[in-house]
Amino acid sequence: MAQNEQKVKEPLFHIAKRSSIVWWKAWLIRLAVILVALMISGLVSFLLTKENPLEIYSVIISGAFGTERRIWNLMQNLAMLLCISIAITPAFKMRFWNIGAEGQVLVGGLASALCMILFGDKLSNPLLILVMVITSILAGAIWALIPAIFRARWNTNETLFTLMMNYIAIQLVAFFTYKFSVPKGSGQVGIINRTTKAGWLPVLGNQEYLLNILIVLIVTIGMFVYLKFSKHGYEITVVGESQNTARYIGISVKKVIIRTMLISGALCGIAGLLLVAGTDHTISRDTVAGRGFTAIMVSWLAKFDPIFMILTAFLVAFLDKGAAEVSTQFGLNRSFSDIIMGIIIFFIIGSEFFIQYTVKFRRKEEA
Amino acid sequence: MWIDFLRRAFMQAIPLLFGSTGEIITEKSGNLNLGIPGVMYAGGIGGVIGAFLYEQNAASINPFLAILIPLLCSLALSLLMGLIYCFLTVTLNANQNVTGLVLTTFGVGIGNFFGGSLVKLVGSDVPSINLNATSNYFRATLPFADKLGWFGQLFLSYSFLAYLAIVIAIVMAVILKKTRVGLHLRAVGENPATADAAGIKVEKYKYLSTCAGSMIAGLGGLYYVMDYANGVWSNDGFGDRGWLAIALVIFAMWKPNFAIAGSILFGGLYIIHNYIPNLDVSGQELFKMVPYVVTILFLIFTSIGKSREAQPPASLGLSYFREER
Repeated sequence: MAQNEQKVKEPLFHIAKRSSIVWWKAWLIRLAVILVALMISGLVSFLLTKENPLEIYSVIISGAFGTERRIWNLMQNLAMLLCISIAITPAFKMRFWNIGAEGQVLVGGLASALCMILFGDKLSNPLLILVMVITSILAGAIWALIPAIFRARWNTNETLFTLMMNYIAIQLVAFFTYKFSVPKGSGQVGIINRTTKAGWLPVLGNQEYLLNILIVLIVTIGMFVYLKFSKHGYEITVVGESQNTARYIGISVKKVIIRTMLISGALCGIAGLLLVAGTDHTISRDTVAGRGFTAIMVSWLAKFDPIFMILTAFLVAFLDKGAAEVSTQFGLNRSFSDIIMGIIIFFIIGSEFFIQYTVKFRRKEEA
Repeated sequence: MWIDFLRRAFMQAIPLLFGSTGEIITEKSGNLNLGIPGVMYAGGIGGVIGAFLYEQNAASINPFLAILIPLLCSLALSLLMGLIYCFLTVTLNANQNVTGLVLTTFGVGIGNFFGGSLVKLVGSDVPSINLNATSNYFRATLPFADKLGWFGQLFLSYSFLAYLAIVIAIVMAVILKKTRVGLHLRAVGENPATADAAGIKVEKYKYLSTCAGSMIAGLGGLYYVMDYANGVWSNDGFGDRGWLAIALVIFAMWKPNFAIAGSILFGGLYIIHNYIPNLDVSGQELFKMVPYVVTILFLIFTSIGKSREAQPPASLGLSYFREER
C-alpha cells in the first residue's frame, strides 16, 4: 500500500502564525533587530563618509546628549513628536487611517498664530492665551471632523481624504503668511510679538521647554487612562477589531468614529499650539516638519500603547538629532538622518513578522 | 497665451502621469503604495547619479549612452524601492500604510542627500551638479516641430519621455482591460483568497505589479530633473507632485487611460495661478490648493453616489496571508 501513496514534496520551510509569544521574547527580537539595523546604518555611513563607524556612533550620541542644551532640545523634539503620536493613536486604534495629522497640527498652529497677530495688543495675556487654546483646539478638531463625518456617513476613503486636507492646510498657512508677512511681501511672519511676548506660553523655571514637556506628559498619561480604563476606550478597541461586532453589541460605529476623530484632532490642535506659542513663536508651512507622518510610525511601532510610545518617540527623536549631528560634523547633507531613520524603521517593521509568525523548517525524514 | 498655457500644463502633467500610472497598476494588485513620492525622488536622483558619473568620467559624451545610463540608473533605483516595499508588505505582511510612509521618507531622504552631497562624495571639483549636456539629449525634440505652427507647438514639441508616458499609460490600460495577465491582476486586487484558490500566484502578481509600477513612477522623477528642470537638481524641488499623483489615481478611477486626461487637467490646475490676471502672491497660494480641493470633492461625490466604476480594488491596503483565509 505504501507504494500507492503519492510522494508530496514538502517545501524547505513554511510559515505559521504564532498563537502567542512571551513578552520578553518579543522584545528580545526587537532589540536584536535594532542592533542589526544600527550595524547596517553604521556600515552605510562608513561607505558614504569613510569615517570610523565607532566614531560615527559616538557623534550620534554626543549630538543627542552632548550638552545640557542638546538634551533639552532632544526632550522638546521628543515631546512634540510624542504629542502628535498620542493624538493620532485613538484614531489608528479604531483603524481610521488618519494621515492628516500634519494638516491638523498646522491649522491648530495657524489658529494660535493668527490670534497672536490679531489680538496681540487688544487682549490681556491670560485672556489671549485662553482664546488661543480654544481656537487652536477647535481648528484641529474641525480639520479632523470633516473627513470623519464623510467616512462615518458615506464611507469615504479617509486615508486619501486626510492626505489631501494636509495640502489645503499648508496652502492656507502660505496664504496667511503672505498676508501678514513682516516685512511686507517677504512671505514670512517672523517672530510674532517679539517685544511684547503677547501670547507666548509662560516659561517655567527658566527652562524654555519645560511647560511643553509637562503638558505632553499629562496628555500621554491621560490618553493611556482613556484608552485602557474608559468605556470610550473599550468602544474604540471593538470598532477597530471588528465593526460588525461593534454594531452587534449596540455600539454606534458612526458616533465612535466622529467622537474619536474629534479628540484626535483636538489633541493635534494642542500640538500646534505648543509648536507655535510654546516653541517657535512663528508659523510657516514647515512648522510641523513632517512630524505628522513620523508620528504614524512612532504610534504604530509602539502598538498604539501610549506608554511604549515614549520609548519609540525617544528612539526616533534620538536618531534624528544624532544623525543631524553626523551630517554637520562630516559635512554631509541634512537628509542623511532620513536615510538612517528609513533603514532602521524598515528593519523594525520587518521584525514584527518574526514576532507574529514563526518559520518552521522541514524536519528530516525518518528513515 | 492659450497655447503656452496648454503646453506648460502638459509638461506639468507628465511626471503626474508617470506617477499615477505606476500607482494604478500597483493598487490594482491591492497594494496601496504611499511610498510613490519617495520612489519618484529616487527615480530622479538615480538619473542624476548616472548622468553625473558618466559626464565626469567619459572623455566624450556619446548621445546614446548619455540617455541610456541615467535611464537605467533611474529604473534600477526605483526598482530597488519597489522591492523593499514588496518584501516588507507581501513577504513579511507588514502594514502597507506605515511601510509606504517610511518609503517616502527614505526616498526623499536619498534624493536630497545625494543631490546635496554627491559632489563631495565623489571628490569632484565642480561647484554644483549641472547636467546641461545630458539634459539637452533628454530634451531633444522632433526637428520639424517648430515649423508646424501651433499644431507643432502643441503636439510635437515635447521630448521622448513625454510621449513614452502616454504610450505606457495606454499600454497599461490595454493590459489591464484586455489581457489575461490584467484579468489575473485585477482578481488579485479584488479578492486575493479567491484568486489564490483559482490557481493565480498572488505573491508573484503583487511583486510584479508593484515593482513595475515603481519603475514607471520613477521615470516621472527622471523626466522632472532631466527635462522640466533642465538637469539641475534642487533639493525638494520635485515638491508634492508625488502626492498629487496618488490623488490623481482616485480621479482617474483606477484607469490609466483616464489618467492621461486627468493629469493634463491637474497639470493645468497646478499652474493656473500664473495665468490669472491681477492676482497677488497670497491669492496665488490660495489657488495652489485647487487640485487638492478638486480631488476631495471628487472623492466625496463618488462615495456618496456609490458609483461602481469609481471604487478602489476591494482588498486595497490589506495584506494577504494564506493561512488566514
